[in-house]
Amino acid sequence: MSEKNYIFKNARVIDPARGIDAITDVGVSDGKIADPGKVVKPEVVNLTGKVLAPGFIDLHVHLRQPGNNMAETIASGTAAAAAGGFTSIVAMPNTNPPADNAGAIEFLRQTAAHTGVVRVLPCGCMTKGYEGKEMAGIGSLKAAGVVALSDDGKCIQNHSLMRHVVEYAKSFNLPILDHCEENTLAAEGVVNEGKWSVLLGIAGISGASEELMVARNIILSRQIGWKIHMQHVSVKESVELLRNARKQGILVSGEATPHHLTLNDECIKTYDTNYKMNPPLRSEADRLALIEGIADGTITVIATDHAPHTQTSKLVEFDCAPFGIIGLETALSLCYTELVAKGVIDLPKLVKLFTTGPAEVLGFEDYSLADGNCADIVIFDPTKKYTVDADKFKSKSRNTPFNGQQVQGKVCATLVGGRMVYQEL
Amino acid sequence: MEWTRKDLLSLYDLSAEEITFILDTAEEFKKVSERKVKKVPALRGKTVVNFFVEPSTRTRVSFELAEQRLSADIVNMQAQASSLKKGETLLDTVRNIEALQVDLVVMRHSAPGAQNFIAQHLKCGVVNAGDGAHSHPTQALLDIFTIREKRGHIKGLNVTILGDILHSRVARSNMWGLLKLGANVTLAGPSTLVPREFESIGVKVCHDLKEAVSNADVVNLLRIQHERQSSGFFPSTSEYARFFGINCETVKLMKPDALIMHPGPINRDVEITSEVADGPNSVILEQVTNGLAVRMAVLFLVAGCVQK
Repeated sequence: MSEKNYIFKNARVIDPARGIDAITDVGVSDGKIADPGKVVKPEVVNLTGKVLAPGFIDLHVHLRQPGNNMAETIASGTAAAAAGGFTSIVAMPNTNPPADNAGAIEFLRQTAAHTGVVRVLPCGCMTKGYEGKEMAGIGSLKAAGVVALSDDGKCIQNHSLMRHVVEYAKSFNLPILDHCEENTLAAEGVVNEGKWSVLLGIAGISGASEELMVARNIILSRQIGWKIHMQHVSVKESVELLRNARKQGILVSGEATPHHLTLNDECIKTYDTNYKMNPPLRSEADRLALIEGIADGTITVIATDHAPHTQTSKLVEFDCAPFGIIGLETALSLCYTELVAKGVIDLPKLVKLFTTGPAEVLGFEDYSLADGNCADIVIFDPTKKYTVDADKFKSKSRNTPFNGQQVQGKVCATLVGGRMVYQEL
Repeated sequence: MEWTRKDLLSLYDLSAEEITFILDTAEEFKKVSERKVKKVPALRGKTVVNFFVEPSTRTRVSFELAEQRLSADIVNMQAQASSLKKGETLLDTVRNIEALQVDLVVMRHSAPGAQNFIAQHLKCGVVNAGDGAHSHPTQALLDIFTIREKRGHIKGLNVTILGDILHSRVARSNMWGLLKLGANVTLAGPSTLVPREFESIGVKVCHDLKEAVSNADVVNLLRIQHERQSSGFFPSTSEYARFFGINCETVKLMKPDALIMHPGPINRDVEITSEVADGPNSVILEQVTNGLAVRMAVLFLVAGCVQK
């Protein structure tokens, strides 16, 4: 593979790990970040007005392969990631069959190597078949290359088993990414339990269902001294629990999704199944609490929970539709529009939420644009306004509620290991 | 006014004027049922499919009779939501029905919003005959019709809906219709079955029976389902009857001419004693009679808006 060398000139370089936010030049040589003065035969790209940052990391992506290639494949999912500025994505293990064994991880790695365009970081199940009954072969998963463990889509209800999983995972240095949901309180719910579930007669998922498991995880994290990351935090009370726990130095962290930061449960009154996800869209008070959590540093990660589903599977009665929406290709734009354009946080902070925040959860050291590091880079135009057009998505699926929405901030290019994997310069 | 909707999905969608228009139209149709020949040619040449994806007897019979009295051609279809899930999608099923040049689909479904969903995709009219716990507009219309017939107006009346509000499409339809027409609405029953969130739309929520029925002009009772007991919403039907059932003593707390209503089927001696159900304040059977007229009116109005 012939790799080009580049000199990116005049970009606003935001490199949170090194505290850099300045107009400067960045060189790429042999796939690595290099001193622009020493790059041989570079293609010089002028990026005046654009932002250049370390490539985004998404801790929460469903690639659907194997098991549901109609909805997404590793090829299409990674192409979507590249279009969204993500250079590394953590692949959730709830595929069919699930990634609860070394063979499944090997399949993922091989397929990603052959068909993927961004780095696919495997995540293994905590329990066999993510059924919450027996511990998966965590050591073997680690040996096969997983970077974290998760039973995403489900939550281990047996607290004793969860305790043992966390203890065991600690000895293999694997962070836990947990979908926090207590099943009896979630019951048969499909939307947030609150004003809108009550008015519309749709079964609700109580916020207490999440809060209870967040509290459980904080207790276990404190007791065991190991990292538990709360996936897609959605309710105010979870944010408050996390805030207090982090103040005490407990090794917990949390992520918010772009959709929970931008939408609330009033959306469901159309019965549009693109507003059906788990956790559900919560109340406006919850949404504002998430934004506050982002602003004060309680929530350190934005993750998409990219969950592709075919149109056929979503074009059904609300009760029957699967949970989830796609998010890779709209994440930056939605968050820029909601958080930066509205002045909630500044741009370097947003970049942190997509880079050093998730890198820290995974235990990556020096996720920065320092010379010699892998040239995983995103370039975006923060001023560009456009209308979301799902038909142009690289993802195989179209299940987004944001189609047709006006947004600001667009990815222009994505480089993985110095290779341009997405370009719209 | 001129009717412009091809679908009747919920009373939430309708204006006070539209609701009143349906009630006025129903008054005319009620006269038809009192004639010797109970049939008019209003829907002659139109085809109506009664598509029930959830079992129903009274609502289906009422719709069928209404359609027959309007001279429509009718087909009845029943399906199980579970079999739909496995095979053909709901949308494909109704598109197949529509392809037979049907004018109206009267549909009942266990999933809230199912009719809203299919109506967006069909050119034929859709009348909601009940969708999960969401909406049952013709039931609410017949309830409101009955109240208006008895009282002459709706505005300012104190209407209490009592029972399992949480799982009730009847309550969710009545409250919107009544609020739009200016009634004071109280939703009452055990705290586990009457969420406080309803207060956000301007109804009163009450967990004390005496307070709920005192000074009521109308008390509309809902059926208590035994399955709610097993899922822990209340301890037993006998305890329900003791604290939330209507008997002769509770009727005394209401206005003397208060109306006792029930969408049926009633559980005698659970939510209502026989003396009250069969007593002078009860209009339960008149509701059934009025249901026919209201459904004739609805079918007639929406059929007029279906594009051919």
